[in-house]
Amino acid sequence: MDQALETLGASIKSALGASVTGYEVAHGELAVTAKAADIVKVATFLRDDAACQFICIIDVTAVDWPSREQRFDVVYHLLSPRLNQRIRVKAATDEVTPVPSLIDVFHGVDWYERETFDLYGVLFTGHPDMRRILTDYGFEGHPLRKDFPLTGFVEVRYDDEQKRVVYDKVRLAQEFRTFDFLSPWEGTDYVLPGDEKAK
Amino acid sequence: MAETALRNFTINFGPQHPAAHGVLRMVLELDGEVVERVDPHIGLLHRGTEKLIEHKTYMQAVPYFDRLDYVAPMNQEHAFCLAAEKLLGIQLPKRGQLIRVLFCEIGRLLSHILNITTQALDVGALTPPLWGFEQREFLMSFYERASGSRMHAAYFRVGGVHQDIPNKLVDDIYAFCDPFLKVCDDIEGLLTDNRIFKQRTVDVGVVNLADAWNRGFSGVMVRGSGAAWDLRKAQPYECYSEMEFDIPIGKNGDSYDRYCIRMEEMRQSVKIMKQCLEKLRSPEGQGRVSVDDGKIVPPKRGEMKRSMEALIQHFKLYTEGFHVPAGEVYAAVEAPKGEFGVFLVADGTNKPYKCKIRAPGFAHLSAMDFMCRGHILADVSCIMGTLDIVFGEIDR
Repeated sequence: MDQALETLGASIKSALGASVTGYEVAHGELAVTAKAADIVKVATFLRDDAACQFICIIDVTAVDWPSREQRFDVVYHLLSPRLNQRIRVKAATDEVTPVPSLIDVFHGVDWYERETFDLYGVLFTGHPDMRRILTDYGFEGHPLRKDFPLTGFVEVRYDDEQKRVVYDKVRLAQEFRTFDFLSPWEGTDYVLPGDEKAK
Repeated sequence: MAETALRNFTINFGPQHPAAHGVLRMVLELDGEVVERVDPHIGLLHRGTEKLIEHKTYMQAVPYFDRLDYVAPMNQEHAFCLAAEKLLGIQLPKRGQLIRVLFCEIGRLLSHILNITTQALDVGALTPPLWGFEQREFLMSFYERASGSRMHAAYFRVGGVHQDIPNKLVDDIYAFCDPFLKVCDDIEGLLTDNRIFKQRTVDVGVVNLADAWNRGFSGVMVRGSGAAWDLRKAQPYECYSEMEFDIPIGKNGDSYDRYCIRMEEMRQSVKIMKQCLEKLRSPEGQGRVSVDDGKIVPPKRGEMKRSMEALIQHFKLYTEGFHVPAGEVYAAVEAPKGEFGVFLVADGTNKPYKCKIRAPGFAHLSAMDFMCRGHILADVSCIMGTLDIVFGEIDR
């Protein structure tokens, strides 16, 4: 299984040249890293090449790594029913560099790209209808970014005087609690109280 | 005669329309009674599941999956557990696998009964839901007897299932199987050759296979268009490879074919359930229901009273949880509605770094515009029924 994926990954890399920067097989899954600007070329090849036939778009999403310069990995999952194989294509981008939309290759990416834009703020060029999809009408911010707080910024309530739903700044009755579960013996980046005396 | 300006009519379908199967607002542009454009507005049930999961431990994340497709809760949990287990590199004992498969098939029955009967309701038949919901009630009582909860079970845990099931439950589920097939025949007797039902569903919402793949369809939606594609056969997980069952496929890719497939899938599910139950009674189906690793699966209450080690592990698991090695995996199961996948990115801590939920209904609903164009208004609710939509999983 892994051997077949290795071969497939190597053949994809050699066929696409510089558009594909690398591939990796882990947990029995093939992941290919591609240049974001060439993503249409890569997807078209994966769909049309006889040795690939990844004709089904499974999923599009992003992963946020705020410490990186290109903080987002846009992740595409494709399925080849003929080969009975899956592939993951990853393309790195940042908040301002748009990624070409795959809408002409797979019609199914329509809502997935809208969702990725909505939740992460990744921009796509060439998408015909780039609106927010999951969040509220008039929502601000991109909630799945790591710098977006879990509680959000606004909350809604029904205002009896104005006879309508109004938005307020979120008020927490108790401070939001996050617990640090990392064991102090297994690499922490803070100094335990008392440890400073040892120096 | 004076020339009158003709203009299209735009109506709002939902968000509180009974045929919208939840909270869907659709803006329909109509030319007379013909649908010109459909613009579904989703997200009215958005609860930020994926964001919440990033802030919970792996064990706390499981119940969120019940609340996605709340018609077949355990199938969702299954995908998440498989993803986490893949990262942890653990393999379930036989009995745990059998129980999981058994309850996944019960979930499939729950979902298909609801879909078939409410679709019949959408096109005007009142009796099927009355007959079908009685059976759902039995199935949910099986859920309750295994997990303590009728719907939001949180029964599949990473590393196995929460508790073993008693022999009486195994017997009772077995006793349910054959009478249920009779009810399937009864419901089919009401619908399959029914003239009105056929007029409403045949040749409505036709999708050809190339379009189905291209739009990311899965499950019954591709099988209806003629692809013999089922993850239980193609990429078997748990002990599905040992089960004997058939995959029904359609020819025309219309709503009627998909109805027939769902009907047949229920019978195949019962077949799988019976095989599971027989194995659960046999010697090979005895033993543990979860892996024997105190770092992942909490100890039994009795052990905790006697063993210091077990007490510590219990405390650690329910406060800190277990740590999952860094990596990224995609695990998919054949949920009743199609391919339900979880893309899990772990960073080595006790919480998922990212957990993307790939819901089958999302891809199906996004093709609503494509499927409804040119149909009349009354077909919209029929197409919605055939897509098998539940908003818990679409809006997440």
